Amino acid sequence: MHEMSLCESVLQIIEHQAQTQHYRRVTAVWLEIGALSGVEPDAMRFSFEVVMQGSLAEAARLEIIELPGIAWCMPCGRQVPVQQLYDECPHCGSHQLQIVGGDQMRIKELEVE
Amino acid sequence: MCGICGCGEGHIHSHDEQHDHEHPHDHHHGHDHQHGHHHHHEHGPEHAHAPGLTQARMVQIEQDILAKNNRFADENRCYFADRGMLALNLVSSPGSGKTTLLTETITRLKGELEIAVIEGDQQTARDADRIRATGVAAVQINTGKGCHLDAHRVGHALESLKLPNHSLLFIENVGNLVCPSAFDLGEAHKVVILSVTEGEDKPIKYPDMFHAADLMILNKTDLLPYLDFDVEQCIRYAKQVNPKIKVLSLSAKTGEGMESWLKWLKAELELQRIEYA
Repeated sequence: MHEMSLCESVLQIIEHQAQTQHYRRVTAVWLEIGALSGVEPDAMRFSFEVVMQGSLAEAARLEIIELPGIAWCMPCGRQVPVQQLYDECPHCGSHQLQIVGGDQMRIKELEVE
Repeated sequence: MCGICGCGEGHIHSHDEQHDHEHPHDHHHGHDHQHGHHHHHEHGPEHAHAPGLTQARMVQIEQDILAKNNRFADENRCYFADRGMLALNLVSSPGSGKTTLLTETITRLKGELEIAVIEGDQQTARDADRIRATGVAAVQINTGKGCHLDAHRVGHALESLKLPNHSLLFIENVGNLVCPSAFDLGEAHKVVILSVTEGEDKPIKYPDMFHAADLMILNKTDLLPYLDFDVEQCIRYAKQVNPKIKVLSLSAKTGEGMESWLKWLKAELELQRIEYA
């Protein structure tokens, strides 16, 4: 359930930004969540609703942009798609993979008033 | 040099001596922003009813959700580096034998090294009590409903521990193979402990943690004769998730394999003493 504390971090960032960007209400939040980030989008949606209650983002719509996992296969010397951290290279079957994308969790942008 | 905590505790890590490590619980409550709903009620209404028509607009944020935790982690990391300390983040499921491994390790090393422990559990100070019984300083952090330690709380725990230079600091995380993997505490390494009673497929069932760890300790090897645990398969799974992970097999109870673990600790601590340009 660390999605709950991630949402609390999202709220902190939103509240902090409200001071510098001068908005009073957040109507939508876009998050980028990588497939390998350890974050469950459904748990994130559930926690988001709970955590945003009573805040300036109470009625905000949550949009999750799911990003695919990408790894660099050392034997092949190229980027390959991965769904899980324990996946093998789809071309050569090696596990010598370095994750290069899909492990991020970011707040991308907000729609505010 | 690294005061970024916004919690109003005025706790900028002083890099000189710190005193008194006898009051473990005091300062962990109250200022941690863990309870999402509490403080929003105060200013909710004035934000909620914007007068008149307001124009919707987009605001680019482009921030890592964990940015704040990562700033605290950097602060902790710089605290450790300044002192040539080795900080290890011990992670596992509940009951893997982390605390026993620690007490056995401390008993063997405390004559040689300065050691301290930060204990994370949802409730009780039982683990910190077990550590203190070995004669080294321990601070208990109770996370309450939280499922992991974060770098902010560890930073506060550091203030109440008296840590001489070149100490070995163990941070025993909350027993949980999922959540602590995402939270950097500023440690040099995550060490994942897996007991052989848990089943060899844990590395692929909980890949995030094994991916984040640099060392895996297979504990309770004295029980292997009574179990179907396949050590080779377990190591293969772990390397599948993390080709760089190193593995040590040991039994904290019988002492078998402990020597390699102690060697690893001393070597890693020695590395922290190197002053890079």
